[in-house]
Amino acid sequence: MNGFFDGFFDIPSDLQHSYQGLIGLHLREALLPVLAGLLLALPLAQLCVRFRWLYPPVLGATTVLYAVPSLAFFVVLIDYTGQTELTVMIPLAVYSLVVLVPAIVDGVRSVPQETLAAATAMGFGPVRRYLQVQLPIAVPAIIAGLRVATVSSISLVSVGTLIGNQGALGNLLADAQKYDRPELAVNSVITTAVLAILCDALLVLLRVVLTPWMPNGTRRRPKPSTRQKLPAPQDVTR
Amino acid sequence: MNVLNFVNAFFSDSAHWHGYDGIPQRLLEHIQYSALALALAAAIGLPVGLITGHTGRGGNALAFIATAARALPSFGLLVLIVIVMGFGLLPVMIPLVILAVPPILVTTYEAVRTVDPSPVDAARGMGMHESRILFQVELPVALPLILSGLRSAAIQIVSTATIAAYVSLGGLGRYIVDGLYQRNYEKVVGGATLVAVLALLTLAVFWAVGRLAVSPGVRRR
Repeated sequence: MNGFFDGFFDIPSDLQHSYQGLIGLHLREALLPVLAGLLLALPLAQLCVRFRWLYPPVLGATTVLYAVPSLAFFVVLIDYTGQTELTVMIPLAVYSLVVLVPAIVDGVRSVPQETLAAATAMGFGPVRRYLQVQLPIAVPAIIAGLRVATVSSISLVSVGTLIGNQGALGNLLADAQKYDRPELAVNSVITTAVLAILCDALLVLLRVVLTPWMPNGTRRRPKPSTRQKLPAPQDVTR
Repeated sequence: MNVLNFVNAFFSDSAHWHGYDGIPQRLLEHIQYSALALALAAAIGLPVGLITGHTGRGGNALAFIATAARALPSFGLLVLIVIVMGFGLLPVMIPLVILAVPPILVTTYEAVRTVDPSPVDAARGMGMHESRILFQVELPVALPLILSGLRSAAIQIVSTATIAAYVSLGGLGRYIVDGLYQRNYEKVVGGATLVAVLALLTLAVFWAVGRLAVSPGVRRR
């Protein structure tokens, strides 16, 4: 009598990866797009802050992109980038961008006018003011966006299995069906969820390290106007 | 070779406009799945969010539940549930509801909790019952934010409901999954366009609901 968890880590050889190898692949396919999204989102958000009229159209365009299902995005891209990792990573970068731009814009805009005036009065130029004043103050909002983007990216990589084994841990889902081994699907779901929770926790830690002036842990209830919000309400998992 | 050409070819083919695989039928199925999932998620998320927001307790627990639910991969969950339970509507509804509950729950909690305390105190001083305070004072003020939570949940459901096709149900995902296996890009692009349009329509519906349901005094702020 075989237990349900027999062969839990017995990865079929058609995947050409060990369990650890799949985890590494999954993290690479999920996190590189978030990084790319962040690098693109920072200048784009700064443009939206500088030129206010730019923000509504950018927000509209990103909402439309956000609504395109990941699978459709992958399949359309196959025509251009083939059945490769890149095909999975481009849509994930776009989704990250979509989540991050509003988060960064709101964060940078929330910097009080007096703070900016003080920085200017101290002789900060626009670049230095952005890097040393606006960006650090916007860190909590940016990290909140990064958390949503990272978790959804980790969960979406799995869909890549549908375009020919490009889904890292998601490939276990296809193999679970192919070889009638449900434990592989359990493995895939649990490992993906644990990876997502770990990355989320690391980002929370990063926020605490980067914003030493903010109280952490169990906050006392502050006044309504200064209340800390829970992570951004928008989050994706397709 | 242009995406727009594919879109044009898909929508101008009259074979795509009627029958069981026609656009109206698939659109209707997609709306049915999405509406059912949103209704179930709202039935779970709204009451819990309203009560915890009103009492102001349990915020950390909610944040934890939301993070855990968000971490579960929808697609993996779908495949797993289908392997365990077999085909049907329920295996599709479970991942969609898990996907939609966190934004509804967290936004509702935040919306009710951050209502300006002075009118709430005034209502309590006037002797209003706690349930009347919640429904007649806090809810109307919190409504715009609550609607925004429902809206983002609805958009995610609409775009994720495409995975229903992967486990042989209908909906607009049919075009995407079938097109993938038939190497028919026209179909995939057409299906993706329809989903995106449906998501935009969802935005429009929520905007209209917001105009109708939110009291003018709250909206002006």
